Amino acid sequence: MALLAQNLGLRGSVLPLPGGYLTSWAKGLLLPRGGEVVLYTGHMYQMLPVIKAMEDRAKALPPEKRDQLAAILRLVNPLVNVSGFSRFLASPDWKERSNRILRNIVELLRRAGVECGYLYEAEKYAGALAYDLGLDGPFERHARRVARRLRRYGVKELITVDPHTTQIFREVYPQVVPGFDLRVRSYVEVLAERGLEAALPWEEEFVFHDSCVYARYLGLIEEPRRLLTQAGAQVAEPDFSREVTHCCGGPVESLFPEKAEEVARRRMEQLAGLGRRVVCACPICLLNLSEVRDPRQEVFDLSEVLVAALGQKEK
Amino acid sequence: MIRVDRKLLEEVASDEAFNAQACFNCGTCTALCPMGLEWLPRELFRYVLLGAAEKVSALTEAVFSCLLCRMCEAQCPRGVRITHNIRTLRGYLVKNEYRIR
Ligand code: SF4
Ligand code: SF4
Repeated sequence: MALLAQNLGLRGSVLPLPGGYLTSWAKGLLLPRGGEVVLYTGHMYQMLPVIKAMEDRAKALPPEKRDQLAAILRLVNPLVNVSGFSRFLASPDWKERSNRILRNIVELLRRAGVECGYLYEAEKYAGALAYDLGLDGPFERHARRVARRLRRYGVKELITVDPHTTQIFREVYPQVVPGFDLRVRSYVEVLAERGLEAALPWEEEFVFHDSCVYARYLGLIEEPRRLLTQAGAQVAEPDFSREVTHCCGGPVESLFPEKAEEVARRRMEQLAGLGRRVVCACPICLLNLSEVRDPRQEVFDLSEVLVAALGQKEK
Repeated sequence: MIRVDRKLLEEVASDEAFNAQACFNCGTCTALCPMGLEWLPRELFRYVLLGAAEKVSALTEAVFSCLLCRMCEAQCPRGVRITHNIRTLRGYLVKNEYRIR
């Protein structure tokens, strides 16, 4: 945990990653650097391939060898046992997929008439993990640095792509950074406000999994449903959905992988009972549910389904 | 015998939003928790309010295994800010057990 704190202090990111790794998804999109409205990725999607690779490693160790709290050191800090971060550690199919998801989101926003900038390597991790772990000192220092940088770039509004980054900027930053008053909206809210052009109805039904943070922290419940319906999809809902959605287990993945997997399995069972295709709107849910799915089931990111729907319409 | 720890009591007292005292031990949270955290918040919060720091450290693993998913909070009849309280305890453990400031 001390190393997590250190990394956050020195690098502005929880995981030490080489430059360019976090921004490569934006190549060719010609997003202007900075601007009043920026897309803030918060690095969560980009980190999926790394988290995946590290989880696989951790799971390969026998449980008795995995001292629980020491595990987080190894997991969040590859510097401990890997000298520098190696690209080989990242799972390649997830790398491609998460980059594609971010590009999808830009495409969806553009279709809805929303143009935004991007901070490229100046964008920093927002600090949600540190905050959740109770690392208050390092988190607050980090948050103030991030806020200063946003101010320097003249940013007034953030469009976020995942629930954790949305929540931390919207609810926590104003508490720890005096005068933090940026408008913070998730791309899901931005799109829902604009509406999607109605697409062809799909035969296929999608089972929607609410993220705990979107549903219970931010009350963002109707928006993703509205988008899916506008895209022509049929939406099925498990008993535990909306305000009583059941967590995917992701938040404790790095500390207690077995327990997290158990929670994910239980959730996947509830979802799978309703249909073959599950849709979620959070990178952590996406990874954790994908890991426990039956090969006959598919887990999609909301943006993947929306883009597919729009593509279908054009055919 | 429970040894009372000032630091723990002060930490909790300095946090206005910490409201473990509202809990009336109905057990709804435990029944709903996806992690099956039984000690929570009923037992754990009692220890905290008593300043029983040793008991709290003994429950470190449990404190860090909460998902912060708020399933419990959505149904708590007393409006206990369970996840906020857990975060406060993590902050206390991080500072006092792991010495990170
Ligand atoms: S549901 Fe609320 S009141 Fe009931 S035991 Fe849990 S915290 Fe206490
Ligand atoms: S927030 Fe923590 S204690 Fe409450 S239901 Fe979720 S895992 Fe259990």
